Amino acid sequence: MSSVASPTPFSPAAPKTPRPVLQLVDVCKLFDGFAAVDGISLDIDEGEFVTIVGPSGSGKTTLLRMLAGLESPSDGYITLRGELINDVPSNRRPTCLVFQSLALFPHMTVGDNIEFPLRVRKVAPDERRRRALELMAKVRLPEDYYAKNVMLCSGGEKQRVALARAFAYDPDVLFFDEPLSALDYKLKKLLEKELKDLHRESGKTFVYITHSLEEAMVMSDRIGVMRAGKLVQIGTPEQIYTAPADRFVAEFFGEVNVIPVRRSADGWLRRDGRPVAVAPGLAIAGDEASVVVRPEYMRFVTAEAGADNTISGTIFNEYSLGSRLQYQVRSRTGRTFLVEVPRAAAWKGDGEVTIGWDAASAIVVGG
Amino acid sequence: MAETLLSAPAPKLTPGLRAALPVLALLAAGFLAPLLTVAAYAFATPKSFDVFRSFTLENFAAIFDTNNTVWMSFAWALALAFACVVILLIVCYPIAYGLNRVFGRWSGLVSVLFVFPLFVSENVRLYGWVLFFIKNGVLDGALKWFGFPGGPELLYTPGITLFGMVYVYLPFMLFPMTLGIAMIPRDLVDAARDLGANRLMIWRAVELPLAMPGILIGALLTFVLSAGAVAESKILGGQSVITITQDIEAAFTYAQNWPLGSALALILVLIVSGLALAAMARLDLDKILGKR
Repeated sequence: MSSVASPTPFSPAAPKTPRPVLQLVDVCKLFDGFAAVDGISLDIDEGEFVTIVGPSGSGKTTLLRMLAGLESPSDGYITLRGELINDVPSNRRPTCLVFQSLALFPHMTVGDNIEFPLRVRKVAPDERRRRALELMAKVRLPEDYYAKNVMLCSGGEKQRVALARAFAYDPDVLFFDEPLSALDYKLKKLLEKELKDLHRESGKTFVYITHSLEEAMVMSDRIGVMRAGKLVQIGTPEQIYTAPADRFVAEFFGEVNVIPVRRSADGWLRRDGRPVAVAPGLAIAGDEASVVVRPEYMRFVTAEAGADNTISGTIFNEYSLGSRLQYQVRSRTGRTFLVEVPRAAAWKGDGEVTIGWDAASAIVVGG
Repeated sequence: MAETLLSAPAPKLTPGLRAALPVLALLAAGFLAPLLTVAAYAFATPKSFDVFRSFTLENFAAIFDTNNTVWMSFAWALALAFACVVILLIVCYPIAYGLNRVFGRWSGLVSVLFVFPLFVSENVRLYGWVLFFIKNGVLDGALKWFGFPGGPELLYTPGITLFGMVYVYLPFMLFPMTLGIAMIPRDLVDAARDLGANRLMIWRAVELPLAMPGILIGALLTFVLSAGAVAESKILGGQSVITITQDIEAAFTYAQNWPLGSALALILVLIVSGLALAAMARLDLDKILGKR
């Protein structure tokens, strides 16, 4: 029953046994007639790290609370290893949720917090202590924190206590409700990686929700994007990044250039009438679409380096992103575009520029 | 450090202290001065008004005289107060829990219902209960009217005194307790359940410890109030038992023995504040809230 499975050697291409541990079929949750979660179907495989991303109010927290057993679905089925768990209360589910607030017990020490699920199971005190110290080492908490008041711990330390407590429960599936959202950027980056390491070491199934697609990209095997209670797209980070299902998913990733286009007899036209070259083989329904170009695929066009599509304009502003520079360019028709280049490739010329992108680096999405 | 301390200018009135001055003056004149006067009277010549001019321990000698049965009054007062607190703890917890978690939008109305009696004078309400329980009163009369042999003789017993105290001091337990339960974050209860705890375990390990500040404050408040209660034992209890407050009142009024009354009051203050401080020592708000 140890939660510390022997670490599997890292092999990115290791084939996964396609055995779903969690299955959702048409899961709905209504609050006074409003569908917070609206018909979600999803299979989550054993040992997978799945992240559900969505803006606030998209229903992702409600979805997670149903999976953890804190809410019951209004409709649909949730099965765990083939067993229907719709109405199984959370204390009888082999799952554990790490809350956004972390929900640490403020009147207990770090050790007592971690031991709580063991105390519930009436594990002997010595064994409890041994397990707690083992888990503390695993989440990199110093041993002398065992007797520390948990409310005197820093944000990152509390995070680790919450993780250790969840692992002490030894669940089959761990749920995370944006646990890193309150931390500063540097600590967040560190913990994201630690969490992914912990996922690999433990071999457990992780279901994580966040509003940050960037966070999801770092950690996840698969990402689901939610909007207004529905799952808009589910796929690997690669798929979500390179082939967003629609403009919402594309824009959710952060700053993108969206160029509205109209279908014409011989292809796509920009709204100002100029033809737009796009990669062949795109099947878009309807006559209105958007060409999405990420700022890093947009570049300055010079005599030496041309591009499939070009737009001329003036540099309106320049932002430093550290290793990269971002330029805001205003076209003659008043649209603004973002161009992101490595610092080494900083624009040296005057404000009048031509920018462009290649057909292969653009995505066309409906609407 | 030492140098800066030495060279520091003479202490001036900080803005905080200046702002506190009116309250300090009010407390000194309205709270501390009467208390000190009572303390001084306790050491004055018995049956005199020689306060601040005489010093004697005769009053205490009289109280601790083995022939004096005044300790019975202390015992009754403290026993009734203790029983009142225990009953209130049991009665109020479910109501306080309901106000927080069950009644939903009706909580406001329920709270008002519990506050409402406070708008009517305590004595008036107690006489109301007398009319309810008295022979041929509301209870007895109604039962007889329906052909029953009549109600039990409840009035003028220590039991009815306790009933009156529970009735009168209920809001003082209920509201601090309700606040205490409101301090329990919902997430913690969910988390405890998610970690496998059943209802009883959640209550014992999470809800009760976190609601404890409110519960202790309620217990303290009602204990102090009911230890000093006088109307209940006089009006409902009909002096079937004498509580210490009645003895003190008698010493100040009929007996015109202010020094004796003051000595009794001083002892009562010491006992009650001692018990209260002992309870307060357990009430470590900072630890519960995680502040240093």
